[in-house]
Amino acid sequence: MSSIISVANLSKTYGSGFKALKNVNLDIKRGEIFALLGPNGAGKTTLISIICGIANPSEGRVLVGGEDIQTSYRKARSLIGLVPQELHTDAFESVWATVSFSRGLFGKPKNPAHIEKVLKDLSLWDKKDNKIITLSGGMKRRVMIAKALSHEPQILFLDEPTAGVDVELRKGMWEVVRGLQQSGVTIILTTHYIEEAEEMADRIGVINKGEIVLVEDKTTLMQKLGRKRLTLHLQNKLGALPESLSQYKLDLCNSGATLVYDYDTKGERTGITSLLSDLRTAGIRFNDLDTTQSSLEDIFVDLVRTS
Amino acid sequence: MNHRAIRAIYLFEMARTWRTLLQSIVSPVVSTSLYFVVFGAAIGSRISQVEGVSYGTFIVPGLIMLSVLTQSIANASFGIYFPKFTGTIYEILSAPISYFEIVLGYVGAAATKSIILGLIILATAGLFVPLHIHHPVWMLAFLVLTAVTFSLFGFIIGIWADGFEKLQMIPMLVVTPLTFLGGSFYSIDMLPSTWRTLALLNPVVYLISGFRWSFYEIADVSVSVSIGMTVAFLAICLAVIWWIFRTGYRLKN
Repeated sequence: MSSIISVANLSKTYGSGFKALKNVNLDIKRGEIFALLGPNGAGKTTLISIICGIANPSEGRVLVGGEDIQTSYRKARSLIGLVPQELHTDAFESVWATVSFSRGLFGKPKNPAHIEKVLKDLSLWDKKDNKIITLSGGMKRRVMIAKALSHEPQILFLDEPTAGVDVELRKGMWEVVRGLQQSGVTIILTTHYIEEAEEMADRIGVINKGEIVLVEDKTTLMQKLGRKRLTLHLQNKLGALPESLSQYKLDLCNSGATLVYDYDTKGERTGITSLLSDLRTAGIRFNDLDTTQSSLEDIFVDLVRTS
Repeated sequence: MNHRAIRAIYLFEMARTWRTLLQSIVSPVVSTSLYFVVFGAAIGSRISQVEGVSYGTFIVPGLIMLSVLTQSIANASFGIYFPKFTGTIYEILSAPISYFEIVLGYVGAAATKSIILGLIILATAGLFVPLHIHHPVWMLAFLVLTAVTFSLFGFIIGIWADGFEKLQMIPMLVVTPLTFLGGSFYSIDMLPSTWRTLALLNPVVYLISGFRWSFYEIADVSVSVSIGMTVAFLAICLAVIWWIFRTGYRLKN
Protein backbone atom coordinates (compact mmCIF):
# COMPACT_ATOMS: atom_id res chain seq x y z
CA MET A 1 0.00 0.00 0.00
CA SER A 2 1.22 3.52 -0.77
CA SER A 3 1.52 6.22 1.88
CA ILE A 4 -1.25 8.80 1.97
CA ILE A 5 0.50 10.82 4.67
CA SER A 6 4.21 11.07 4.97
CA VAL A 7 5.79 12.93 7.88
CA ALA A 8 9.54 13.51 7.65
CA ASN A 9 11.85 14.88 10.36
CA LEU A 10 9.06 16.91 11.87
CA SER A 11 9.86 18.97 14.95
CA LYS A 12 7.84 21.50 16.85
CA THR A 13 9.16 23.86 19.45
CA TYR A 14 6.69 26.20 21.08
CA GLY A 15 7.48 29.80 21.89
CA SER A 16 8.03 28.81 25.51
CA GLY A 17 10.90 26.58 24.39
CA PHE A 18 8.91 23.40 24.98
CA LYS A 19 9.74 20.76 22.38
CA ALA A 20 6.40 19.11 21.61
CA LEU A 21 7.68 17.01 18.71
CA LYS A 22 11.21 15.75 18.18
CA ASN A 23 12.18 14.62 14.71
CA VAL A 24 9.03 12.63 14.01
CA ASN A 25 8.96 10.30 11.00
CA LEU A 26 5.71 8.55 10.21
CA ASP A 27 3.95 7.10 7.19
CA ILE A 28 0.25 6.41 7.09
CA LYS A 29 -0.88 3.86 4.52
CA ARG A 30 -3.80 4.52 2.26
CA GLY A 31 -6.98 2.91 3.56
CA GLU A 32 -5.77 1.85 6.99
CA ILE A 33 -7.00 2.66 10.45
CA PHE A 34 -4.01 3.96 12.36
CA ALA A 35 -4.22 4.44 16.10
CA LEU A 36 -1.87 6.90 17.72
CA LEU A 37 -1.46 6.19 21.39
CA GLY A 38 0.35 8.21 23.96
CA PRO A 39 -0.07 9.70 27.41
CA ASN A 40 -1.39 13.22 27.90
CA GLY A 41 1.02 15.81 26.57
CA ALA A 42 2.90 13.29 24.42
CA GLY A 43 2.38 15.37 21.26
CA LYS A 44 -0.56 13.57 19.63
CA THR A 45 -2.66 16.68 19.15
CA THR A 46 0.33 18.80 18.12
CA LEU A 47 1.15 16.28 15.40
CA ILE A 48 -2.43 16.30 14.12
CA SER A 49 -2.63 20.09 14.31
CA ILE A 50 0.44 20.47 12.14
CA ILE A 51 -0.76 17.99 9.52
CA CYS A 52 -4.13 19.75 9.37
CA GLY A 53 -2.70 23.28 9.15
CA ILE A 54 -3.70 24.56 12.59
CA ALA A 55 -0.14 24.83 13.89
CA ASN A 56 3.06 25.63 12.04
CA PRO A 57 5.91 23.11 12.06
CA SER A 58 9.30 24.28 13.31
CA GLU A 59 11.22 21.86 11.11
CA GLY A 60 10.47 19.03 8.74
CA ARG A 61 8.05 18.26 6.01
CA VAL A 62 4.60 16.70 5.69
CA LEU A 63 3.07 15.36 2.49
CA VAL A 64 -0.64 14.60 2.31
CA GLY A 65 -1.65 12.69 -0.81
CA GLY A 66 1.71 13.69 -2.23
CA GLU A 67 1.05 17.41 -1.66
CA ASP A 68 3.19 19.51 0.66
CA ILE A 69 1.05 20.91 3.48
CA GLN A 70 2.74 24.30 3.27
CA THR A 71 3.38 24.97 -0.40
CA SER A 72 0.31 23.11 -1.68
CA TYR A 73 -2.00 23.60 1.29
CA ARG A 74 -5.21 23.82 -0.68
CA LYS A 75 -4.84 20.38 -2.24
CA ALA A 76 -3.48 18.84 0.94
CA ARG A 77 -6.17 20.22 3.25
CA SER A 78 -9.08 19.41 0.97
CA LEU A 79 -8.22 15.72 1.42
CA ILE A 80 -8.54 15.92 5.21
CA GLY A 81 -11.46 15.91 7.59
CA LEU A 82 -10.62 16.77 11.20
CA VAL A 83 -12.56 15.98 14.34
CA PRO A 84 -10.74 17.75 17.16
CA GLN A 85 -10.66 16.60 20.72
CA GLU A 86 -12.65 19.45 22.23
CA LEU A 87 -16.29 20.01 21.35
CA HIS A 88 -16.02 23.29 19.45
CA THR A 89 -19.40 24.13 18.01
CA ASP A 90 -21.44 27.14 16.99
CA ALA A 91 -24.06 26.90 19.68
CA PHE A 92 -26.82 28.79 17.88
CA GLU A 93 -26.53 27.18 14.46
CA SER A 94 -28.71 24.28 13.37
CA VAL A 95 -27.08 20.93 12.70
CA TRP A 96 -27.93 21.16 9.01
CA ALA A 97 -26.53 24.69 8.69
CA THR A 98 -23.26 23.96 10.43
CA VAL A 99 -22.59 20.80 8.42
CA SER A 100 -23.43 22.59 5.16
CA PHE A 101 -21.15 25.46 6.21
CA SER A 102 -18.24 23.04 6.57
CA ARG A 103 -18.82 21.68 3.08
CA GLY A 104 -18.78 25.20 1.64
CA LEU A 105 -15.65 26.08 3.59
CA PHE A 106 -13.85 23.20 1.91
CA GLY A 107 -14.91 24.52 -1.48
CA LYS A 108 -17.32 21.77 -2.40
CA PRO A 109 -20.56 22.51 -4.30
CA LYS A 110 -23.81 22.01 -2.42
CA ASN A 111 -24.92 18.41 -2.17
CA PRO A 112 -27.91 17.96 0.13
CA ALA A 113 -28.04 14.23 -0.64
CA HIS A 114 -24.53 13.72 0.73
CA ILE A 115 -25.23 15.74 3.87
CA GLU A 116 -28.42 13.76 4.37
CA LYS A 117 -26.48 10.50 4.09
CA VAL A 118 -23.82 11.66 6.56
CA LEU A 119 -26.44 12.77 9.08
CA LYS A 120 -28.36 9.52 8.71
CA ASP A 121 -25.21 7.42 9.11
CA LEU A 122 -24.48 9.25 12.34
CA SER A 123 -28.09 9.01 13.59
CA LEU A 124 -28.47 12.78 13.49
CA TRP A 125 -31.12 13.04 10.80
CA ASP A 126 -34.01 13.72 13.16
CA LYS A 127 -31.93 16.45 14.84
CA LYS A 128 -31.02 18.28 11.64
CA ASP A 129 -33.08 21.37 12.45
CA ASN A 130 -32.14 21.50 16.13
CA LYS A 131 -29.78 24.13 17.42
CA ILE A 132 -26.49 22.60 18.47
CA ILE A 133 -26.80 24.04 21.96
CA THR A 134 -29.79 21.76 22.60
CA LEU A 135 -27.86 18.57 21.82
CA SER A 136 -26.20 16.18 24.26
CA GLY A 137 -22.42 15.78 24.40
CA GLY A 138 -22.50 12.55 22.40
CA MET A 139 -24.60 14.18 19.70
CA LYS A 140 -22.30 17.19 19.53
CA ARG A 141 -19.39 14.82 19.01
CA ARG A 142 -21.27 13.25 16.11
CA VAL A 143 -22.08 16.69 14.68
CA MET A 144 -18.34 17.35 14.62
CA ILE A 145 -17.76 14.07 12.80
CA ALA A 146 -20.53 15.02 10.35
CA LYS A 147 -18.81 18.37 9.73
CA ALA A 148 -15.53 16.60 9.04
CA LEU A 149 -17.22 14.19 6.62
CA SER A 150 -19.29 16.87 4.89
CA HIS A 151 -16.70 17.48 2.19
CA GLU A 152 -16.02 13.81 1.44
CA PRO A 153 -12.44 13.68 2.72
CA GLN A 154 -10.05 10.84 1.89
CA ILE A 155 -8.46 11.07 5.31
CA LEU A 156 -10.24 11.44 8.62
CA PHE A 157 -8.51 12.49 11.82
CA LEU A 158 -10.35 11.55 14.97
CA ASP A 159 -8.72 13.08 18.03
CA GLU A 160 -10.14 11.19 21.00
CA PRO A 161 -13.42 10.44 19.20
CA THR A 162 -15.11 8.58 21.99
CA ALA A 163 -14.07 10.65 24.99
CA GLY A 164 -17.17 11.20 27.08
CA VAL A 165 -19.31 8.96 24.89
CA ASP A 166 -21.24 6.13 26.51
CA VAL A 167 -20.54 2.48 25.74
CA GLU A 168 -23.39 1.96 23.33
CA LEU A 169 -22.63 5.11 21.35
CA ARG A 170 -18.99 4.20 21.31
CA LYS A 171 -19.78 0.88 19.67
CA GLY A 172 -22.01 2.73 17.21
CA MET A 173 -19.16 5.05 16.40
CA TRP A 174 -16.82 2.13 15.79
CA GLU A 175 -19.34 0.84 13.27
CA VAL A 176 -19.33 4.20 11.52
CA VAL A 177 -15.53 4.23 11.42
CA ARG A 178 -15.42 0.71 9.98
CA GLY A 179 -17.98 1.68 7.36
CA LEU A 180 -15.82 4.67 6.42
CA GLN A 181 -12.78 2.48 6.08
CA GLN A 182 -14.71 0.17 3.77
CA SER A 183 -15.60 3.15 1.61
CA GLY A 184 -11.88 3.83 1.24
CA VAL A 185 -11.29 6.53 3.85
CA THR A 186 -7.98 6.42 5.74
CA ILE A 187 -8.52 6.95 9.45
CA ILE A 188 -6.08 8.19 12.04
CA LEU A 189 -7.38 8.15 15.57
CA THR A 190 -5.90 9.03 18.88
CA THR A 191 -7.42 7.55 21.94
CA HIS A 192 -7.09 7.01 25.62
CA TYR A 193 -9.23 3.90 25.46
CA ILE A 194 -6.70 1.30 24.52
CA GLU A 195 -9.42 -1.24 23.93
CA GLU A 196 -10.53 1.10 21.17
CA ALA A 197 -7.18 0.83 19.42
CA GLU A 198 -7.16 -2.90 20.02
CA GLU A 199 -10.64 -3.16 18.56
CA MET A 200 -10.25 -0.86 15.58
CA ALA A 201 -6.70 -0.32 14.44
CA ASP A 202 -4.73 -2.02 11.70
CA ARG A 203 -1.53 -0.41 12.90
CA ILE A 204 -0.54 1.26 16.10
CA GLY A 205 1.91 4.03 16.74
CA VAL A 206 3.02 5.01 20.21
CA ILE A 207 4.23 8.52 20.86
CA ASN A 208 5.82 9.65 24.10
CA LYS A 209 7.48 12.94 25.00
CA GLY A 210 7.31 14.08 21.40
CA GLU A 211 8.97 11.01 19.93
CA ILE A 212 7.52 8.11 18.03
CA VAL A 213 8.48 5.17 20.17
CA LEU A 214 7.04 2.43 18.03
CA VAL A 215 4.95 1.78 14.92
CA GLU A 216 3.77 -1.75 14.33
CA ASP A 217 0.95 -3.86 12.95
CA LYS A 218 -1.42 -4.42 15.79
CA THR A 219 -1.33 -8.21 15.61
CA THR A 220 2.46 -8.31 15.35
CA LEU A 221 2.71 -5.93 18.25
CA MET A 222 0.46 -8.05 20.38
CA GLN A 223 2.49 -11.15 19.56
CA LYS A 224 5.86 -9.52 19.84
CA LEU A 225 5.31 -7.84 23.10
CA GLY A 226 2.67 -10.16 24.44
CA ARG A 227 3.35 -11.37 27.91
CA LYS A 228 1.48 -14.00 29.75
CA ARG A 229 0.91 -14.25 33.42
CA LEU A 230 0.49 -17.46 35.33
CA THR A 231 -1.40 -17.15 38.58
CA LEU A 232 -1.29 -19.97 41.09
CA HIS A 233 -3.84 -20.08 43.89
CA LEU A 234 -2.07 -21.77 46.79
CA GLN A 235 -3.57 -24.28 49.20
CA ASN A 236 -1.72 -22.83 52.15
CA LYS A 237 -0.61 -19.26 52.54
CA LEU A 238 3.13 -18.68 52.31
CA GLY A 239 4.99 -16.29 54.57
CA ALA A 240 7.94 -15.99 52.22
CA LEU A 241 9.28 -17.64 49.11
CA PRO A 242 11.65 -20.54 49.76
CA GLU A 243 15.26 -20.04 48.73
CA SER A 244 14.99 -22.79 46.10
CA LEU A 245 12.63 -20.63 44.01
CA SER A 246 14.72 -17.46 44.01
CA GLN A 247 15.84 -17.99 40.41
CA TYR A 248 12.27 -17.32 39.18
CA LYS A 249 10.71 -13.88 38.96
CA LEU A 250 7.87 -14.62 41.27
CA ASP A 251 5.58 -12.36 43.20
CA LEU A 252 3.76 -13.41 46.29
CA CYS A 253 0.43 -11.61 46.40
CA ASN A 254 -2.80 -11.58 48.33
CA SER A 255 -0.98 -11.94 51.67
CA GLY A 256 0.71 -15.10 50.53
CA ALA A 257 -2.33 -16.80 48.99
CA THR A 258 -1.38 -16.40 45.32
CA LEU A 259 1.82 -16.72 43.41
CA VAL A 260 2.24 -14.74 40.21
CA TYR A 261 4.68 -15.60 37.44
CA ASP A 262 5.15 -13.42 34.35
CA TYR A 263 6.67 -14.92 31.24
CA ASP A 264 7.31 -14.03 27.64
CA THR A 265 5.47 -16.06 25.03
CA LYS A 266 8.13 -15.17 22.50
CA GLY A 267 10.92 -16.60 24.68
CA GLU A 268 12.34 -20.00 23.79
CA ARG A 269 11.73 -21.30 27.25
CA THR A 270 8.85 -20.07 29.28
CA GLY A 271 10.21 -21.75 32.39
CA ILE A 272 6.80 -23.06 33.37
CA THR A 273 7.73 -26.73 33.44
CA SER A 274 10.71 -26.31 35.71
CA LEU A 275 8.83 -23.86 37.90
CA LEU A 276 6.05 -26.37 38.48
CA SER A 277 8.45 -29.17 39.27
CA ASP A 278 10.45 -26.95 41.63
CA LEU A 279 7.24 -25.98 43.37
CA ARG A 280 6.44 -29.64 43.97
CA THR A 281 9.96 -30.26 45.28
CA ALA A 282 9.49 -27.35 47.70
CA GLY A 283 6.20 -28.85 48.80
CA ILE A 284 4.04 -25.93 47.67
CA ARG A 285 0.63 -27.11 46.52
CA PHE A 286 -2.00 -25.19 44.65
CA ASN A 287 -5.77 -25.50 44.15
CA ASP A 288 -6.05 -23.77 40.83
CA LEU A 289 -4.10 -21.91 38.19
CA ASP A 290 -4.92 -19.56 35.37
CA THR A 291 -3.02 -17.70 32.68
CA THR A 292 -3.83 -14.30 31.19
CA GLN A 293 -2.52 -12.65 28.03
CA SER A 294 -1.41 -9.07 28.54
CA SER A 295 -3.54 -6.50 26.79
CA LEU A 296 -2.44 -3.67 24.58
CA GLU A 297 -2.87 -1.51 27.62
CA ASP A 298 -0.16 -3.34 29.53
CA ILE A 299 2.09 -3.18 26.49
CA PHE A 300 1.46 0.51 26.21
CA VAL A 301 2.14 1.21 29.85
CA ASP A 302 5.40 -0.77 29.63
CA LEU A 303 6.52 1.11 26.54
CA VAL A 304 5.80 4.52 27.95
CA ARG A 305 7.49 3.70 31.19
CA THR A 306 10.68 2.47 29.59
CA SER A 307 10.97 5.07 26.84
CA MET B 1 -9.77 31.16 -5.34
CA ASN B 2 -12.05 29.17 -3.04
CA HIS B 3 -15.14 31.28 -3.74
CA ARG B 4 -17.44 28.79 -2.03
CA ALA B 5 -15.53 29.21 1.21
CA ILE B 6 -15.74 33.01 1.03
CA ARG B 7 -19.45 32.67 0.39
CA ALA B 8 -19.84 30.23 3.29
CA ILE B 9 -18.11 32.57 5.75
CA TYR B 10 -19.95 35.61 4.41
CA LEU B 11 -23.37 33.97 4.65
CA PHE B 12 -22.56 32.54 8.08
CA GLU B 13 -21.71 36.01 9.36
CA MET B 14 -24.76 37.59 7.74
CA ALA B 15 -26.96 34.89 9.28
CA ARG B 16 -25.55 35.90 12.65
CA THR B 17 -26.68 39.47 11.90
CA TRP B 18 -30.24 38.45 11.17
CA ARG B 19 -30.28 36.29 14.30
CA THR B 20 -29.28 39.27 16.40
CA LEU B 21 -31.35 41.84 14.55
CA LEU B 22 -32.35 43.77 17.65
CA GLN B 23 -28.80 44.21 18.82
CA SER B 24 -27.22 44.83 15.44
CA ILE B 25 -29.74 47.05 13.64
CA VAL B 26 -32.51 48.22 15.92
CA SER B 27 -30.36 49.42 18.80
CA PRO B 28 -28.07 51.71 16.76
CA VAL B 29 -31.13 53.17 15.01
CA VAL B 30 -32.78 53.88 18.34
CA SER B 31 -29.68 55.54 19.78
CA THR B 32 -29.21 57.67 16.64
CA SER B 33 -32.83 58.80 16.84
CA LEU B 34 -32.15 59.87 20.40
CA TYR B 35 -29.24 62.02 19.18
CA PHE B 36 -31.60 63.70 16.74
CA VAL B 37 -34.13 64.38 19.44
CA VAL B 38 -31.55 65.74 21.90
CA PHE B 39 -29.07 67.54 19.64
CA GLY B 40 -31.22 68.19 16.62
CA ALA B 41 -34.52 69.22 18.13
CA ALA B 42 -33.87 70.23 21.75
CA ILE B 43 -30.43 71.86 21.60
CA GLY B 44 -30.24 72.43 17.85
CA SER B 45 -33.24 74.72 17.86
CA ARG B 46 -31.19 77.18 19.92
CA ILE B 47 -28.18 77.01 17.61
CA SER B 48 -28.14 79.10 14.49
CA GLN B 49 -27.05 77.59 11.22
CA VAL B 50 -23.58 76.09 10.81
CA GLU B 51 -22.03 77.16 7.53
CA GLY B 52 -25.39 77.72 5.98
CA VAL B 53 -26.95 74.45 7.08
CA SER B 54 -29.36 74.02 9.98
CA TYR B 55 -27.73 72.29 12.96
CA GLY B 56 -30.01 69.24 12.84
CA THR B 57 -29.09 68.68 9.19
CA PHE B 58 -25.43 69.46 9.82
CA ILE B 59 -24.96 66.57 12.28
CA VAL B 60 -26.48 63.87 10.01
CA PRO B 61 -23.24 62.82 8.24
CA GLY B 62 -21.36 62.79 11.55
CA LEU B 63 -24.00 60.63 13.21
CA ILE B 64 -23.96 58.16 10.34
CA MET B 65 -20.16 57.96 10.52
CA LEU B 66 -20.33 57.52 14.30
CA SER B 67 -22.50 54.42 13.86
CA VAL B 68 -20.66 53.07 10.82
CA LEU B 69 -17.30 53.36 12.57
CA THR B 70 -18.33 51.77 15.83
CA GLN B 71 -20.47 49.08 14.22
CA SER B 72 -17.81 48.12 11.65
CA ILE B 73 -15.31 47.63 14.44
CA ALA B 74 -17.80 45.81 16.66
CA ASN B 75 -19.02 43.47 13.90
CA ALA B 76 -15.66 42.52 12.52
CA SER B 77 -13.89 42.19 15.86
CA PHE B 78 -16.65 40.03 17.30
CA GLY B 79 -16.92 38.00 14.10
CA ILE B 80 -13.33 36.78 14.30
CA TYR B 81 -12.95 36.88 18.08
CA PHE B 82 -15.91 34.59 18.74
CA PRO B 83 -14.57 31.56 16.79
CA LYS B 84 -11.29 32.04 18.64
CA PHE B 85 -13.19 32.11 21.93
CA THR B 86 -15.36 29.05 21.19
CA GLY B 87 -12.58 27.17 19.41
CA THR B 88 -14.43 26.81 16.10
CA ILE B 89 -11.54 28.68 14.46
CA TYR B 90 -9.91 25.24 14.06
CA GLU B 91 -12.15 24.62 11.09
CA ILE B 92 -11.29 27.87 9.33
CA LEU B 93 -7.57 27.23 9.86
CA SER B 94 -7.77 23.65 8.60
CA ALA B 95 -9.82 24.52 5.52
CA PRO B 96 -8.29 24.88 2.05
CA ILE B 97 -8.68 28.63 2.14
CA SER B 98 -6.16 31.45 1.92
CA TYR B 99 -5.85 34.23 4.46
CA PHE B 100 -7.03 36.71 1.89
CA GLU B 101 -10.21 34.70 1.44
CA ILE B 102 -10.79 34.51 5.21
CA VAL B 103 -10.48 38.30 5.46
CA LEU B 104 -12.76 38.77 2.45
CA GLY B 105 -15.47 36.65 4.08
CA TYR B 106 -15.35 38.20 7.54
CA VAL B 107 -14.59 41.80 6.62
CA GLY B 108 -16.98 41.69 3.66
CA ALA B 109 -19.84 40.64 5.93
CA ALA B 110 -18.99 43.18 8.64
CA ALA B 111 -18.75 46.00 6.09
CA THR B 112 -22.00 44.98 4.39
CA LYS B 113 -23.75 45.09 7.70
CA SER B 114 -22.52 48.55 8.60
CA ILE B 115 -23.28 49.93 5.13
CA ILE B 116 -26.85 48.68 5.47
CA LEU B 117 -26.96 50.22 8.93
CA GLY B 118 -25.60 53.55 7.62
CA LEU B 119 -28.30 53.66 4.97
CA ILE B 120 -31.00 52.85 7.52
CA ILE B 121 -29.78 55.68 9.73
CA LEU B 122 -29.72 57.99 6.74
CA ALA B 123 -33.35 57.10 6.04
CA THR B 124 -34.22 57.58 9.72
CA ALA B 125 -32.54 61.00 9.68
CA GLY B 126 -34.71 61.91 6.69
CA LEU B 127 -37.69 61.58 8.99
CA PHE B 128 -36.34 64.26 11.35
CA VAL B 129 -34.64 66.79 9.10
CA PRO B 130 -34.77 67.77 5.42
CA LEU B 131 -31.88 66.14 3.55
CA HIS B 132 -30.26 66.90 0.27
CA ILE B 133 -27.24 64.93 -0.90
CA HIS B 134 -25.10 66.84 -3.41
CA HIS B 135 -22.82 63.98 -4.41
CA PRO B 136 -24.63 60.67 -3.82
CA VAL B 137 -21.94 58.61 -5.57
CA TRP B 138 -19.18 60.15 -3.43
CA MET B 139 -21.40 59.71 -0.39
CA LEU B 140 -21.67 55.97 -1.11
CA ALA B 141 -17.96 55.78 -1.91
CA PHE B 142 -17.05 57.33 1.46
CA LEU B 143 -19.53 55.06 3.22
CA VAL B 144 -18.10 51.91 1.62
CA LEU B 145 -14.49 52.97 2.08
CA THR B 146 -15.05 53.77 5.74
CA ALA B 147 -17.01 50.58 6.40
CA VAL B 148 -14.31 48.43 4.80
CA THR B 149 -11.42 50.24 6.45
CA PHE B 150 -12.89 50.07 9.94
CA SER B 151 -14.05 46.49 9.49
CA LEU B 152 -10.41 45.65 8.74
CA PHE B 153 -9.42 47.58 11.85
CA GLY B 154 -12.04 45.61 13.83
CA PHE B 155 -10.70 42.34 12.40
CA ILE B 156 -7.26 43.27 13.74
CA ILE B 157 -8.69 44.04 17.18
CA GLY B 158 -10.60 40.75 17.16
CA ILE B 159 -7.41 38.82 16.47
CA TRP B 160 -5.38 40.80 18.99
CA ALA B 161 -7.95 40.55 21.80
CA ASP B 162 -7.55 37.62 24.16
CA GLY B 163 -10.52 38.50 26.33
CA PHE B 164 -13.83 40.28 26.11
CA GLU B 165 -12.41 43.23 27.99
CA LYS B 166 -9.79 43.92 25.37
CA LEU B 167 -12.43 43.51 22.70
CA GLN B 168 -14.33 46.43 24.21
CA MET B 169 -11.33 48.51 25.19
CA ILE B 170 -10.22 49.99 21.84
CA PRO B 171 -13.75 50.91 20.68
CA MET B 172 -14.63 52.43 24.07
CA LEU B 173 -11.39 54.18 24.93
CA VAL B 174 -10.06 55.17 21.53
CA VAL B 175 -12.64 55.12 18.79
CA THR B 176 -15.62 56.67 20.55
CA PRO B 177 -13.62 59.65 21.90
CA LEU B 178 -11.97 60.20 18.52
CA THR B 179 -15.35 60.17 16.83
CA PHE B 180 -16.88 62.62 19.28
CA LEU B 181 -13.86 64.88 18.99
CA GLY B 182 -13.71 64.34 15.24
CA GLY B 183 -16.38 66.87 14.41
CA SER B 184 -19.53 64.76 14.46
CA PHE B 185 -21.41 67.51 16.21
CA TYR B 186 -19.47 70.60 15.16
CA SER B 187 -17.22 71.98 12.51
CA ILE B 188 -13.61 72.02 13.69
CA ASP B 189 -13.51 75.62 12.45
CA MET B 190 -15.52 76.38 15.59
CA LEU B 191 -12.53 75.35 17.74
CA PRO B 192 -9.86 77.74 19.04
CA SER B 193 -6.80 77.59 16.77
CA THR B 194 -4.62 75.42 19.08
CA TRP B 195 -7.37 72.82 19.39
CA ARG B 196 -8.00 73.01 15.70
CA THR B 197 -4.38 72.06 14.97
CA LEU B 198 -4.62 69.24 17.47
CA ALA B 199 -7.85 68.03 15.89
CA LEU B 200 -6.08 67.62 12.58
CA LEU B 201 -4.13 64.73 14.14
CA ASN B 202 -7.42 62.88 14.57
CA PRO B 203 -8.02 60.61 11.56
CA VAL B 204 -11.77 60.63 12.12
CA VAL B 205 -11.86 64.36 11.29
CA TYR B 206 -10.94 63.55 7.69
CA LEU B 207 -13.59 60.85 7.36
CA ILE B 208 -16.39 63.00 8.70
CA SER B 209 -15.25 66.04 6.78
CA GLY B 210 -15.20 64.16 3.48
CA PHE B 211 -18.49 62.49 4.17
CA ARG B 212 -20.12 65.81 5.09
CA TRP B 213 -18.74 67.36 1.91
CA SER B 214 -20.57 64.71 -0.15
CA PHE B 215 -23.78 65.89 1.49
CA TYR B 216 -23.51 69.67 1.69
CA GLU B 217 -20.28 70.62 -0.08
CA ILE B 218 -18.91 71.99 3.18
CA ALA B 219 -15.72 70.55 4.57
CA ASP B 220 -13.14 71.20 7.31
CA VAL B 221 -10.31 69.91 5.15
CA SER B 222 -10.08 69.44 1.41
CA VAL B 223 -11.78 66.36 -0.03
CA SER B 224 -8.64 64.97 -1.61
CA VAL B 225 -6.93 65.06 1.79
CA SER B 226 -9.94 63.22 3.27
CA ILE B 227 -9.73 60.49 0.66
CA GLY B 228 -5.96 60.30 1.00
CA MET B 229 -6.11 59.86 4.77
CA THR B 230 -8.81 57.20 4.56
CA VAL B 231 -6.92 55.23 1.94
CA ALA B 232 -3.75 55.56 4.01
CA PHE B 233 -5.51 54.09 7.05
CA LEU B 234 -6.88 51.31 4.85
CA ALA B 235 -3.35 50.55 3.65
CA ILE B 236 -2.04 50.43 7.23
CA CYS B 237 -4.79 48.00 8.25
CA LEU B 238 -4.06 45.78 5.22
CA ALA B 239 -0.36 45.77 6.08
CA VAL B 240 -1.05 44.77 9.68
CA ILE B 241 -3.37 41.95 8.55
CA TRP B 242 -0.77 40.74 6.08
CA TRP B 243 1.73 40.62 8.95
CA ILE B 244 -0.74 38.79 11.24
CA PHE B 245 -1.27 36.00 8.76
CA ARG B 246 2.35 35.78 7.76
CA THR B 247 3.41 35.24 11.36
CA GLY B 248 0.30 33.42 12.55
CA TYR B 249 0.06 35.98 15.37
CA ARG B 250 -2.52 34.85 17.96
CA LEU B 251 -3.95 32.39 15.43
CA LYS B 252 -1.39 29.65 15.01
CA ASN B 253 1.27 28.68 17.46
